[in-house]
Amino acid sequence: MTADIVLNVTGASKRFGGVQALSDVGITIRRGEVVGLIGPNGAGKTTFFNVITGLYTPDSGTFELGGKPYKPSAVHEVAKAGIARTFQNIRLFPEMTAIENVMVGRHARTGSGLIGAVFRTPKFNAEERAIAQRSQELLDYVGIGRYTDYKARTLSYGDQRRLEIARALATDPTLIALDEPAAGMNATEKVVLRELIDRIRKDGRTILLIEHDVKLVMGLCDRVTVLDYGKPIAEGSPYDVQRDEKVIEAYLGAGHKAH
Amino acid sequence: MKNKLGVFLFTALLLLVLPAVAQYAGNFWVRIIDFALLYVLLALGLNIVVGFAGLLDLGYIAFYAVGAYMFGLLASPHLSETFPAIKALFPGGLHTPLWVVIPLGAALAGFFGAVLGAPTLKLRGDYLAIVTLGFGEIIRVFLNNLDAPVNITNGPKGLLQIDSLKIPFTDFDFGKNGDLFGFDVSSVTKYYFLFLLIVVVSVVICYRLERSRIGRAWMAIREDEVAAKAMGINTRNMKLLAFAMGASFGGVAGVLFSTFQRFISPESFALQESIMVVAMVVLGGIGHIPGVILGALLLAALPEVLRWISGELDLQMLTGGRLDAAILRQLLIALAMIAIMLARPRGLWPQPEHGKAAPAPAS
Repeated sequence: MTADIVLNVTGASKRFGGVQALSDVGITIRRGEVVGLIGPNGAGKTTFFNVITGLYTPDSGTFELGGKPYKPSAVHEVAKAGIARTFQNIRLFPEMTAIENVMVGRHARTGSGLIGAVFRTPKFNAEERAIAQRSQELLDYVGIGRYTDYKARTLSYGDQRRLEIARALATDPTLIALDEPAAGMNATEKVVLRELIDRIRKDGRTILLIEHDVKLVMGLCDRVTVLDYGKPIAEGSPYDVQRDEKVIEAYLGAGHKAH
Repeated sequence: MKNKLGVFLFTALLLLVLPAVAQYAGNFWVRIIDFALLYVLLALGLNIVVGFAGLLDLGYIAFYAVGAYMFGLLASPHLSETFPAIKALFPGGLHTPLWVVIPLGAALAGFFGAVLGAPTLKLRGDYLAIVTLGFGEIIRVFLNNLDAPVNITNGPKGLLQIDSLKIPFTDFDFGKNGDLFGFDVSSVTKYYFLFLLIVVVSVVICYRLERSRIGRAWMAIREDEVAAKAMGINTRNMKLLAFAMGASFGGVAGVLFSTFQRFISPESFALQESIMVVAMVVLGGIGHIPGVILGALLLAALPEVLRWISGELDLQMLTGGRLDAAILRQLLIALAMIAIMLARPRGLWPQPEHGKAAPAPAS
């Protein structure tokens, strides 16, 4: 079973000055799972995300990716190790075209350098063709193949979200971490997004999902971890978590009963 | 496709005939074009740093200085006159051929680019600009003061009698007027073709870099550094590479300047020049190679054309000595820059817009 564990984090803590943003948070994600991370605003979900992807250096904790320990100290190293992420507030490369955005995602998995670029060696050309082809496939995969040469900033909000997912997929991640992919989407866009995430899962990817939209989380996730004030308060199947007293208290305040 | 070939051939022909026409009008004009080409080279190099990687560098001229002084020291009597040891080593004087110095100059300037870039890696925008501006000045101040206690750069007096360019094993000397296949070809025209060749090579390199894994990584850093990191780009190395690449262009331009001018002094590498090169890049269309070339040509030629016009009009007489060419030049260039920035904020010839608005969803 241990071979199936994609991400294993134990005891992750992070303090910002006087605020203990995370204390002793752990998570285990197995291959092919969709794991949800939920919690009220300010619970530390994004902080946890930033810690496991190397954007923030954790104060403590052990981190294992695919059975191998990794140090989340440099973002690009984590990306190379196999965690790809999207951002809560979309961070595309706005002045680059859609396909160029995805092509950047191939950076970590390709290797041609200056010499190849300047002299256009056969190896460089072959790699470049492969990058372009794979990127176009990914654009088609997320359903925005017809916007190949459009600058990213000209795409609609929902399409920008999908482009970000395509770019993350381009890094061939072992774990893809989506930070509130449904934020700001309308109902129709959410349905499309849900189908996309479902498809990504069916194609064998492992997904960590931060989301506010409870319906989306409950419908998609195999397991859910709930954070409140930087501490994990519940973990289990969506059905169980929904009925957990502590979760209800965190979201709605004390005095509410499960029903 | 046919159209493209036509444009290419026409441009090539124009570039070949241009010096002949200019030479007819006077070598003075060819000289201006030569300098314009050097500025094109500088602007192309700076465009890698500012346009591709988005790192505002206000000290870029320092690398031009590094290249120029490298050739100046390796191919002028200065070192062998100052140091007996070198005189003993090279009794005929130090005459390193340009072909050796160009790659060396590129490498040394690239090295300096990386060294000066390293401390600035965490800085962005305004702060980066200020620090690079400081570095640029430091190099100039060094050049100005390294004549004591050991005279290395000859201080503000500069380096004299720098070798002109000769093609080895022939008597072809770029520094002398002569004839070529029966045509009268002046020294400046010979340099024109050399510079043109190097500019063309540089343009090709720039285009190829732009459309490569490295170029895309630079642009990703320009657009969003955090997202670029999240894609597995080692932003530190890529930024250093951009600084080094850009600087090496400056170094080559410096070597060429040195052999062309045959005299260099720290004055040629003042802050004003750095700002001029930045202005060329921004005015032409930041990040867009044809735009950058256009910007460099315009800003390099404009002052000289204005000088000529005011000379023809005899402006000084006309205004009773209140207005002379130099003042008018500054005024008009400033006005031109303001006008261009107001009318075309993204530059004269900016990156073409792909799909101004996304097409309506198909569903």
